[in-house]
Amino acid sequence: MGDVADIKQQSGEGIRKAAWQAAAAVPDPEIPVVTVEDLGILRLVDLDAEGRVVAHVTPTYSGCPATQLIQEMVLEALQTAGFEDARVETVLSPAWTTDWISEAGRQKLKEYGIAPPEKTSNSKRALFGETLVQCPHCGAAETERVSEFGSTPCKALYRCLTCREPFDYFKCL
Amino acid sequence: MAEDQTLFTYLLRLADDHLILSQRLGELCGYGPTLEEDLALTNISLDLMGQARALYAYAGEVEGKGRNEDQLAFLRYERDYLNALITELPNGDFAQTIVRQFFVAAFMVPFWREMERSSDETLRAIAAKASKEVAYHLRHTSEWVIRLGDGTDESHARMEEALDALVMYTGELFETDEVTEAALRAGYAVDPKSLAHEWQQTVDSVLREATLTLPESGHMQTGGRNGLHTEHLGHVLSELQYMQRTYPGLNW
Repeated sequence: MGDVADIKQQSGEGIRKAAWQAAAAVPDPEIPVVTVEDLGILRLVDLDAEGRVVAHVTPTYSGCPATQLIQEMVLEALQTAGFEDARVETVLSPAWTTDWISEAGRQKLKEYGIAPPEKTSNSKRALFGETLVQCPHCGAAETERVSEFGSTPCKALYRCLTCREPFDYFKCL
Repeated sequence: MAEDQTLFTYLLRLADDHLILSQRLGELCGYGPTLEEDLALTNISLDLMGQARALYAYAGEVEGKGRNEDQLAFLRYERDYLNALITELPNGDFAQTIVRQFFVAAFMVPFWREMERSSDETLRAIAAKASKEVAYHLRHTSEWVIRLGDGTDESHARMEEALDALVMYTGELFETDEVTEAALRAGYAVDPKSLAHEWQQTVDSVLREATLTLPESGHMQTGGRNGLHTEHLGHVLSELQYMQRTYPGLNW
């Protein structure tokens, strides 16, 4: 066993990189345009003491039904890439926040018709607990919230007052 | 009580609160008064279920007897459940569902916020997420309390009835006993008594806007934390545990 571990240790950086690339490409099962990397869900891909690949994945919302599926998909991607003895671990701390969604991920969400989470708003309405959300279809700022809870726990339902289209808003967490 | 046993009991009480309330809200799936509300209640149910899962998984680890979240949720008997009674009460009409959820959310918001300073790392991590989620629950139910209380004569009257029926179950949320006190000494727990003032303020200010008042609470019903439940819990559990009891070890 010692020999195997040594060999893997030597090319540890290469293994880590290849494993990361395999895991990072896994799409979100509910919003397939964004990957686990875009969302910031994939925290770390590392090697354990025995040289096995360990992917650290963090849940988005406590009740997200996709969490388990994402873990299985990450594991499958790693196995397909040749890391048969890989495993996936859940990391709770620090808790995931929507701030971890990358710029690329935010852009992809918008193009998909989902308004990305607003980090901060300089609108005075924000003082009264209202979030100013831009319409992902026409870009208008005049939108209204239809429901705090949308098609999935991470989304709220909005409607654009300019183009009249309804759209999902990825809630800030 | 050994230290691990205290933490286990503390986690179990919290997990049971979330599981049972989640199951109650889940019963409404497909029955919500509007499509948006149907989704909202189910979303809140999912949040609570996720929080329960995290707590059960951790409780199983602390217990160290190899029980996982499923075994803790599905294979315990009624008297072993330690949830607060308010979480197991029937949905009643929509006013009752909303008031129950509002009372609990008004408690959970400061509870999880304080828990973010727990000495226990896992509890801190669960709290960091949960406190953001319950903020949505409180806002959502507050809006309904106001809309229904300050609505028609009928909705106002039904809200008053719901408040009358549920107020006696709120006292239990703020109780402490030897388990809570030992947990407080260990540094990972939140003192529920310290949240009473904020809860009262939240409830009062929302009810004021809703043109409702909190009825005088005389007798406060208790027992859930020690496994003494209303007649409703058995029915909740028979639905919740049916599949696992009928087909032991069943996986989706």
